[in-house]
Amino acid sequence: MPDYEPITGRYFSMDVAGESLRIYLEEAGSGIPLVCLHTAGSDCRQFRHLLCDPAVTDHFRVIAFDMPWHGKSNPPKGYQDREYQLTTKLYKQTVNAFCQALALERPVIMGCSMGGRVVLHLALEQPDDFRAVIALEGADKLEAYYDTDWLHRPDIHGGEIAAAFVSGQIAPQSPGEYRHQTLWHYMQSGPGIFKGDLYFYWKDGHFDDRSAEIDTNRCPVYLLSGEYDSSCTPERTRATAARIKGSKPTVMPGIGHFPMSENPALFRQHILPVLDEIRNSR
Amino acid sequence: MDAIVIEDIPQQVNANANLVWRGRRIDLDFLVGIGDADFIVTVRHGRIEAILLRRLPTQSGRFSIRAAADVWADFWLPVPPRDRHDLFSMVAAGLAELDGDLLPLMQNLQYFKDVLASPRAAAKD
Repeated sequence: MPDYEPITGRYFSMDVAGESLRIYLEEAGSGIPLVCLHTAGSDCRQFRHLLCDPAVTDHFRVIAFDMPWHGKSNPPKGYQDREYQLTTKLYKQTVNAFCQALALERPVIMGCSMGGRVVLHLALEQPDDFRAVIALEGADKLEAYYDTDWLHRPDIHGGEIAAAFVSGQIAPQSPGEYRHQTLWHYMQSGPGIFKGDLYFYWKDGHFDDRSAEIDTNRCPVYLLSGEYDSSCTPERTRATAARIKGSKPTVMPGIGHFPMSENPALFRQHILPVLDEIRNSR
Repeated sequence: MDAIVIEDIPQQVNANANLVWRGRRIDLDFLVGIGDADFIVTVRHGRIEAILLRRLPTQSGRFSIRAAADVWADFWLPVPPRDRHDLFSMVAAGLAELDGDLLPLMQNLQYFKDVLASPRAAAKD
């Protein structure tokens, strides 16, 4: 028998906004459900190291899934006749549908980048549905620094330009093997998907006018961002934390925008204490 | 100092067979601005044929990438600091400017990023 990793991958279908969607998930471990949301234009493979870490899976049922249109989850029927665009509403509906389909009871929800933004929306609107939220590279206010039209046009390879853009979001200290695995996921993304996700990340998902209303007594909020992140910078992370009273920010030195996939050994030094704190509270 | 560093680019790129191969369809000139000095970088089939100080306005290129001398100096460190570790981190931080026809840059973005960063390898030698 091969030396199998502890990850199990499965498919199921769920309804979101009136459409049936075939979803791919990976999970490992048992205990408190920990739902993981990948970054824009990528997929759940980003969490493979967390899924294989006994220090996490001894206490948490870690579940990562590919968003519709991403990875091995299908786009909806008729996708060929429309442009993909992720809205705040659709993102929240998708995450809620996933948690309900799996009948998860007050999961911890951890997202990175766009995932790190949506968990803040969920903390605001459904504080009693989640044990805690962890925003990796997530902020309530961001600014675009390039025109996303470059990401989807016939005279530019969409996968290669997506990877080339985000390569600058990886810290120079991160191991080359994991840097290039992280980029590979971007190279494999479907046409226009990174661009469609950035609609939420850079435009529709702003809510710095409401983030101060998050009640961290009902739903604790953790913010962890990498020093080398050029979009969710340490400054934007601290500004978000200043607006969300009671939230706990951490700036991770020597890490970029993809902590769990670009430098898993360094990331676990920061995430394990957070997970321990969540596990030991309530 | 920076003018000396940019002159490392041809040797570093042309000795990197994979990088030259990735740029095999690129034939153009582009400008790199280091402070007030513009350099014209000539790319032929992925090789860097020349890097020359621009002396006349009629000497130009398809696009330009400009930053202050201290920004480039940090960019070329073996382990560059945040905001100066990548072309687009510099753009995001307002430390670099792009102009001209960006299409060939975007079509070959990782190639051009790697060309610009190639002096880091020399710094490690």
